[in-house]
Amino acid sequence: MYEGAIQDLIDELGRLPGVGPKSAQRIAFHVLSSDPSDVKRLAQALTRVKELVRFCTRCFNVAESDLCRICRDPRRSDEVYCVVEEPKDVVAIERTGEFRGRYHVLGGAINPLEGVGPDNLKVRELMMRLADGTCKELILATDPNTEGEATATYLALLVKPMGLNVTRLASGLPVGGDLEYADEITLGRAFEGRRAV
Amino acid sequence: MYVRGLELVDFRSYERVVVEFGPGACVLVGPNGVGKTNLVEALAYVATLESHRVATDAPLVRFGATRAVVRCAVVHEERELLVELSIEPGKANKARLGRSPVTRTRDILGALKLVLFAPEDLSLIRGDPSERRRLLDELLVARQPRFAGVRSDYDRVLKQRNALLRSAYLARKTGGNRGGDLSTLDVWDTHLAQHGAQLVRARLDLVAALAPHVAKAYAAVSASRSDARIAYSPSFPVPDASSAQADIEQALLTALGEARKQEVERGVTLVGPHRDELTLTLGELPAKGYASHGESWSYALALRLAAYDLLRDDGVEPVLVLDDVFAELDVGRRERLAELVSGASQVIVTCAVDDDVPRALRGARYEVGGGEVRHG
Repeated sequence: MYEGAIQDLIDELGRLPGVGPKSAQRIAFHVLSSDPSDVKRLAQALTRVKELVRFCTRCFNVAESDLCRICRDPRRSDEVYCVVEEPKDVVAIERTGEFRGRYHVLGGAINPLEGVGPDNLKVRELMMRLADGTCKELILATDPNTEGEATATYLALLVKPMGLNVTRLASGLPVGGDLEYADEITLGRAFEGRRAV
Repeated sequence: MYVRGLELVDFRSYERVVVEFGPGACVLVGPNGVGKTNLVEALAYVATLESHRVATDAPLVRFGATRAVVRCAVVHEERELLVELSIEPGKANKARLGRSPVTRTRDILGALKLVLFAPEDLSLIRGDPSERRRLLDELLVARQPRFAGVRSDYDRVLKQRNALLRSAYLARKTGGNRGGDLSTLDVWDTHLAQHGAQLVRARLDLVAALAPHVAKAYAAVSASRSDARIAYSPSFPVPDASSAQADIEQALLTALGEARKQEVERGVTLVGPHRDELTLTLGELPAKGYASHGESWSYALALRLAAYDLLRDDGVEPVLVLDDVFAELDVGRRERLAELVSGASQVIVTCAVDDDVPRALRGARYEVGGGEVRHG
């Protein structure tokens, strides 16, 4: 245990995801030995992120104005929506450069153990966006785990009456890898989901 | 397949011990409490990544040490493979195959196939249905590792569904809004039925494959005229044992629909493979409650021997471990059991007195005591 401010900083850093007590200590002492202007810049970045960053009023991605960069872009198609759990999933899909439609960020997945139900997610907002009928296809890109699958099923049932084309991302073997390195579970699922060529 | 060598560091009572085994019968002799079972527990841990005696890893590490290491040389088809496992409570275990580390500890599963019979197995007959379900699922995963994934998916969905039911139950109890938010229950039902049907279908197939082996093994061990029969009894009406997975899924979905009112009232999932039972009968009577002590032992032994036979039919002959078994059996049963297993590629036996071990299994003898194991 250190005393005063340095221990406060270690405690705060230790609360961050992926930062253990050892790393927290290392970062804290790095900050202590850094140039005051560098530290000030970091502190400003931290406060500004809470002051300036908002959520897009349409898709709930992170944004710096009312609408996010993607919702403001007139070149993107309004006919396809991709539903994801978190803003970081938007970034991941954007990196592929494959998708030219709009997003909808739910802010999580249905998870009764954590007390998260559809009312805690941006589901009602999605239904409102879909109500005008411009969207023709809904891609459900929630995580391929129990909670993500449940959320996808829930949404699929919910939008079914609207007559949309609803699709789910495929899951299976990683591309460019060797078959022998896939674990039995992934390989077993890929076997189940095999397709005709 | 046989274990050629075992080395333990800070495992249970052992600071460090090295034992060289050979194929065939290996008998570990020593008074109670000297650490015979610790040796076979280490082997079983390498085979299943679980202890058959405790649910947590902490007791496996010698008091005062931070981690335990189990090294084990397994010979299969004349090739030797070194498996190393480091157990550190509160952290993820680390494993190495050959000399190189593996990314997931699970990757070492299958390197050592082992069927263990221990005094705890009496609970297979007398204990809760969960014991028998575990027997089935362990064997299922040993034969098709994919089912480890199906099992954990099912458990996860079940947990989520129970959480939802419980919150609805609590909301109702405290007089909140007409019983909480159950709008997603249908979704959990479909997923529970999907994973559940896969599990039930696989367990039905497994029981069908296992049943003749159990009957044969029981007859051979007990030399009695009563038939040992096993049957899978689902907690919901499954059309018949050969129903397709899709039909089972539909049946489970229907059963969930019918049980819903009761489930919401009680706040738990009442139907599904987590409530199914493996029914064991002896002659016309259920083994649980009716079988004598000796019959129960023979039955438990028959289940393990059947598992052994089934794995052997799949192409790999597992190592057989008999932990403190002979003391509980009468002379006739001892002799017959010894005869049954004497042909195995390796049988590791633990016992307190030499006389308990039938002649057919008196192979290499090891004396255990004082934190050491001496050959001869």
